[in-house]
Amino acid sequence: MGALEASVDRASLFEFALRMGDNTLILGHRVSEWCGHSPVLEEDIALANTALDLIGQTQMWLGLGGEIEGKGRTADSLAYLRDAAAFRNLLLVERPNGDFGQTLMRQFLFDAWHLDMLKALERSADSRVAEIAAKAGREVAYHLERSSDLVIRLGDGTDESHRRMQAALDDLWPYTGEMFLADAVDAAMAEAGIAPDPASLKPHWQAVIGEVMGEATLTVPDSGYSHKGGKRGVHTEHLGYILADLQFLQRAYPGAKW
Amino acid sequence: MYAQMVKTDAKGVKTLEEMSPEERAFQERVDRGEKIEPKEWMPEGYRKTLVRQIGQHAHSEIVGQLPEGNWITRAPTLERKAILLAKVQDEAGHGLYLYCAAETLGVSRDELMEKLHNGSMKYSSIFNYPTLNWADIGAVGWLVDGAAIMNQVPLQRTSFGPYSRAMIRICKEESFHQRQGYDIMMKMAKGTPEQRAMAQDALNRFWYPSLMMFGPSDKDSVHSAQSIAWKIKINTNDELRQKFVDQTVPQAEYLGLTIPDDNLRWNEEKGGYDFSEPDWSEFFEVIAGNGPCNKERLGARVKAWEDGAWFREGLMAHAEKHGKRQAA
Repeated sequence: MGALEASVDRASLFEFALRMGDNTLILGHRVSEWCGHSPVLEEDIALANTALDLIGQTQMWLGLGGEIEGKGRTADSLAYLRDAAAFRNLLLVERPNGDFGQTLMRQFLFDAWHLDMLKALERSADSRVAEIAAKAGREVAYHLERSSDLVIRLGDGTDESHRRMQAALDDLWPYTGEMFLADAVDAAMAEAGIAPDPASLKPHWQAVIGEVMGEATLTVPDSGYSHKGGKRGVHTEHLGYILADLQFLQRAYPGAKW
Repeated sequence: MYAQMVKTDAKGVKTLEEMSPEERAFQERVDRGEKIEPKEWMPEGYRKTLVRQIGQHAHSEIVGQLPEGNWITRAPTLERKAILLAKVQDEAGHGLYLYCAAETLGVSRDELMEKLHNGSMKYSSIFNYPTLNWADIGAVGWLVDGAAIMNQVPLQRTSFGPYSRAMIRICKEESFHQRQGYDIMMKMAKGTPEQRAMAQDALNRFWYPSLMMFGPSDKDSVHSAQSIAWKIKINTNDELRQKFVDQTVPQAEYLGLTIPDDNLRWNEEKGGYDFSEPDWSEFFEVIAGNGPCNKERLGARVKAWEDGAWFREGLMAHAEKHGKRQAA
């Protein structure tokens, strides 16, 4: 471990752990907003389960982040006591839930990337990263199975469900490009063998998307434009409201134990 | 639990001599403690009463997601958030088992949902109260699940097989929830002055509504007598309420919290606490739709159902196309 830590800049590794953990935290938050409000009881159960997995993964990634940083911050203090500009999640996961189709499409586009990312991380040179990835990967394989199945069934369902799913895809598409853009942190991670080069995940992701959308009778947009900024802390207006909810008690009663 | 004032259509409990041969054979099986299974003969009143009771219980589980769901996004730590998510997920699961148990009596989940949405079936009055601070999530687990367990533990011995089996499964999870709720209360009651105040406030607001969960006294009720004879109710409401108070008072003392009842005192003679009755006029107002959250709770369920229509129809249409293609 010592040799490895010497070979990679600690700040980059910390940053990488935040990116993983903030994605799962913010998406888990969004998914949990559906609790008790979904279209059918089985979906209430499935969504709570997905959110639960994502929050569990958040505890692992942010826990690792705190450990790497070495300043005594825990998963909780990282989740509850940073402001928006210090969050590193993709803009995609902070998109509002919209209708149930938008929620499912967001989940599918993320799951397809997430699973490939975790599979690559299972081979990470950092054993802590590999361990988290292996555990999370088993859960995310199931998330992808479920979200792709529903996207197919709704895309190829009624005219209305088709229309809604296509609208969701068109709406969210410009937020997918950010997943594959690399910066200095990603370059350092790839160099050290800790994480894959984000661009390397794109061909397989595109193949999965192409296959599922084909079966779903949906059209993949040809726009290549990407919104970006989440990975370096420049977010949409939505994140501030998510944090206002998420962090309320910790902010209103500093130092209390819960 | 979660079933209050379930009617039986009974005008009086028949004696064995007054019963038809079928009714008598049925009652004797119930008296011997045998389980009644869905395909076996049962009196129409028994079937109808069970549908009402199980349906009301199932509705309570799903409406019950809402007051707790209100705090999921604001849970104060990741661990508390995960525990709360798991709990609310369990409740949706309980709803699912119970709708399945009701289906064995010939009523579909959609029919029961329709009756919930149009107001002809009820859910427990307790879920029409708001969760206003984080300690309320503790109080719901401690008091509301505690009251539910009080009612459900005896129902594990109920005469209808599928209901009894659902109760056995549900009780295991509920007692876990109750411990988690108490754990939140403990943290709050031993915490900062603000946390302690939240804990006391939660107890103040949830105490009487929890006592109401057992329903008004039914010692003279024909419906209850019939349900007890059929073993779909095992104890009277007053018995369960007394048991609940006796169990809960020492727990509140351990927390250092005060139960909001000046008349609460140990009665050596009866071996239980004397306590004040809840305000039953408030209970009847809540049942009639005038509780603090009735409109929001039912409105949220109706909205979820209506907004989700396209989703359910989309899945059905896909299944139909897919089936046709496979057949072709």
